[in-house]
Amino acid sequence: MDRIPILRMGDCLIVAIQVDMHDRLAIALQDDLTARIVKDKAKGVLIDISALDIVDSFIGRMISNTAAMATVLDAQTVVVGMQPSVAITLVELGLTLTGVRTALDVERGMALLKQRQR
Amino acid sequence: MNASKTAALVEVLTRHRDTLLTDWLNQHLSIALRRGLTTEAEMNDQFRNFLSIFSETLAKADTLDASRPEWEPVRAFLADMSAHRARQGFTPVETATFVFSLKQPLYACLREEFSTRREELAEVNWSVNLLFDALGLFTTEVFQRSREAIISRQQEELLELSTPVVQLWEGILALPLIGTLDSARTQVVMESLLQKIVETGAAISIIDITGVPTVDTLVAQHLLKTVAAARLMGADCIISGIRPQIAQTIVHLGVDLTNVITKSTLADAFIVALQKSGSSISARVAS
Repeated sequence: MDRIPILRMGDCLIVAIQVDMHDRLAIALQDDLTARIVKDKAKGVLIDISALDIVDSFIGRMISNTAAMATVLDAQTVVVGMQPSVAITLVELGLTLTGVRTALDVERGMALLKQRQR
Repeated sequence: MNASKTAALVEVLTRHRDTLLTDWLNQHLSIALRRGLTTEAEMNDQFRNFLSIFSETLAKADTLDASRPEWEPVRAFLADMSAHRARQGFTPVETATFVFSLKQPLYACLREEFSTRREELAEVNWSVNLLFDALGLFTTEVFQRSREAIISRQQEELLELSTPVVQLWEGILALPLIGTLDSARTQVVMESLLQKIVETGAAISIIDITGVPTVDTLVAQHLLKTVAAARLMGADCIISGIRPQIAQTIVHLGVDLTNVITKSTLADAFIVALQKSGSSISARVAS
């Protein structure tokens, strides 16, 4: 089965979602990510969803759950690069991802994580 | 019966063509020219074309029922004419009169033609009457449809005009909202704001509601949606231009704006935005 790669950079983990998300992939990512946060003692997680064109309620919830899990494991989460259409969809679905930090692109997302860690 | 009627009509039309044209034009000119919307030459052209298309169709068709496919050329001509007149600013009555004012001159000709055959005259008159009523109604319908098309196009234009997103500073956008916010407009506003955020990479956007006349729960909800969507894109929102009455309404309605920065004027909001982005503006001190 496909897996979404998780990259480590310093004490941050970077997840770049480049393929269409389906439910099994999302659950696998959640497992992998929580395991990696514990293993690498990561302090920050950056999820890049700029390649994601379609988001349904399940994926939306999964993003917000993943962020909540990361917070429980003491890692800041930033979601970056959301497409306008995805943002509108999530708002219409009532998922405003409260508790998740957002940024426009990876660069700003990393800046946000660095700033938080200081 | 029908065939003989149409044949007789065609004959009358060709024989009295010029008289008909002049009479018809005289009838109609007084109405149409009065308001300076068209010229005599243009009207003359229109009448001549209509009459020739009308007689051609009449000669070919063996029915006087205007809704039949045989009458398509006449309907197409009338549709063109009505749409044109709708754009020129004619009233529906003036447009329909184009067809109806042909009735009287035609009756005069028919009466002359059938002077000895009373029965036939009545019959032909009735059929012609029905035909022209149908054509006149068709004209009015097309006229109405063209007007509606014009109105909906104007509405769209208004929608686009009323949602400009302007860049105030590096990384600061402003969205001055004018007019009532409904669902359709909120959608357009949201889309253009988010698009602009992507284009300019802005981190802060100011939504100015000075021009929004009233804020009810629905409008507030739409505003909060826009703010939430912008936040998902990684941009902070400031709502400015809240007038005293609107502040009162918001509190009375129990709308929760605690998670959003609100300022009373755009200038205040701009200063906050500058501080957040680490810039500042200062007045030059005279030496």
